[in-house]
Amino acid sequence: MRAAAVAAQTRVELALTLRRGESLLLTLGIPVGLLVFFSLVSVLPLPAGVSEPVDFLAPGILALAVMSTAMVSLAIATGFERQYGVLKRLGSTPLGRPALLAAKTLAVVVIEVLQVAVLVAVAVVLGWRPQGSPVLAAGAMVLATVGFAGLGLLMAGALRAEVTLAAANGLYLVLLLLGGMVFPLERLPATLEALAGLLPSAALTEALDASLSTNATLPASAVAVLAAWAVTAPALAAWRFRWE
Amino acid sequence: MGTAPVGSLDVAVAPAVSVSGLVVRYGSLVAVDGVSFSAEAGEVLALLGPNGAGKTTTVETLEGYRRPAAGSVGVLGLDPIADRRRLTPRIGVMLQRGGVYPGIRPPEALRLFAAFYPDPLDPAELLDRVGLAAVAGSTWRSLSGGEQQRLSLALAIVGRPEVAFLDEPTAGVDPGGRQVVRRVVRELAEGGASVVLTTHELEEAERVADRVVIVDRGSVVAAGTPAELTGAGPGDEIRFGAPVGLDRQGLAAAMGASVDEVAPGEYRVATAPTPAAVAALTAWLADEDLALGDLRAGRQRLEDVFLRLTAADDRSSAP
Repeated sequence: MRAAAVAAQTRVELALTLRRGESLLLTLGIPVGLLVFFSLVSVLPLPAGVSEPVDFLAPGILALAVMSTAMVSLAIATGFERQYGVLKRLGSTPLGRPALLAAKTLAVVVIEVLQVAVLVAVAVVLGWRPQGSPVLAAGAMVLATVGFAGLGLLMAGALRAEVTLAAANGLYLVLLLLGGMVFPLERLPATLEALAGLLPSAALTEALDASLSTNATLPASAVAVLAAWAVTAPALAAWRFRWE
Repeated sequence: MGTAPVGSLDVAVAPAVSVSGLVVRYGSLVAVDGVSFSAEAGEVLALLGPNGAGKTTTVETLEGYRRPAAGSVGVLGLDPIADRRRLTPRIGVMLQRGGVYPGIRPPEALRLFAAFYPDPLDPAELLDRVGLAAVAGSTWRSLSGGEQQRLSLALAIVGRPEVAFLDEPTAGVDPGGRQVVRRVVRELAEGGASVVLTTHELEEAERVADRVVIVDRGSVVAAGTPAELTGAGPGDEIRFGAPVGLDRQGLAAAMGASVDEVAPGEYRVATAPTPAAVAALTAWLADEDLALGDLRAGRQRLEDVFLRLTAADDRSSAP
């Protein structure tokens, strides 16, 4: 794997992502919009002991940002690259699959860093005072990114591009609603709440909420759920992925 | 040609491209059925055939995308699948369509691909060479079909390949663009590369290729230089166009040779196209007061060879 090739591929992945308006809407527009709207307009229920909406919303919206980039944006871009023969064409260059995967990973991480910077700044303006451990939060995000990327590549590598587009957006909505991102999971019926606990979105929200609180902990159950997704989803993606 | 000379030398000199008894199946469909040919360094080889003949499948097997069901392929003495990592820096590939990010601009694409290879061509110079400097600011999706083809060609050669596989490089390209493609292909071969291209256009094969392999329904039906193929007809003949249903017996008597109406209004006289024979033909037509449509003597066009070969195939496969 040559560093120059990975660097060039990463630059192109980033440039093309930032050039796609729909991708920016998904990765920045929607998270920022939800954060601002629900922080200023008190229509959502808050968990017990939380008085300011932004204190509840910020960790969940950060989780949403990770999901939108690592799963949805990656799935849609990769699905169309596969349909347009880009992956096939890259396959006959010396770039190689490990280098392509490395470049895509780096591009996702860079976008996530941008998202976190923007969202934290907006949340602070809205009155959020982050506490706890940024290191633990970053660790949870990395673990979640692996799982979400596995889900995204599973769709992109097995389904037609148009189906991937629909499936990724559909899954995004389900994981958002069952992710504890805009309203607390305790408001859900008990069975749905139990189910949500097994999903990566809710686990990441819980992990970010706990790590960015004064206690600065990572709940073992959330880490276990994130780790399980981080192992199974990429394995499934590798197994089902078709390059053409 | 074709077989590698293995003499007293320790190292066998493999041809740049070798295909031997290649069979490729898609499920129960046999796309390629026993194709063999080879191409040397510095040579342009055209795989010529109608759509569905198995040209793309053959080339994609050489590129490492398809696995042979039987037979073998070699590129620079290596196996396209097993030796993929050693081979990719030395080959250039132009897919039949697509293969480029829709939102990328030509200079970005060339710089990206240049970064993959150890000693690439200069992207800016190459952009100019394929005539795309004027559309450097356009994205791939907004380029015309011909411009997309020329960018694909440039991406195939930016790494200075020793072997280039070009699948339908002139399809959908306007006449000006075709000249660019032909010139780049010639320059590649003159630089010592082996070029294997596919086309369903006879004129293209005749113009650009040193050797032509005609494939039809997964099999090779003829191979040789354009001159060999067009000289390999069934004896010399004169062909001409005239009104349908002329008096063939009368003409045959005047010419001293048999006359066939090979297609309505198209005739073939089985005699060498000597000046005397051509004079006899035109004199007879003058006597009969018949207009001469076109007249072709001596060398056949590749199209004639192609149509004769594929027509023979039609007959042999008829019930």
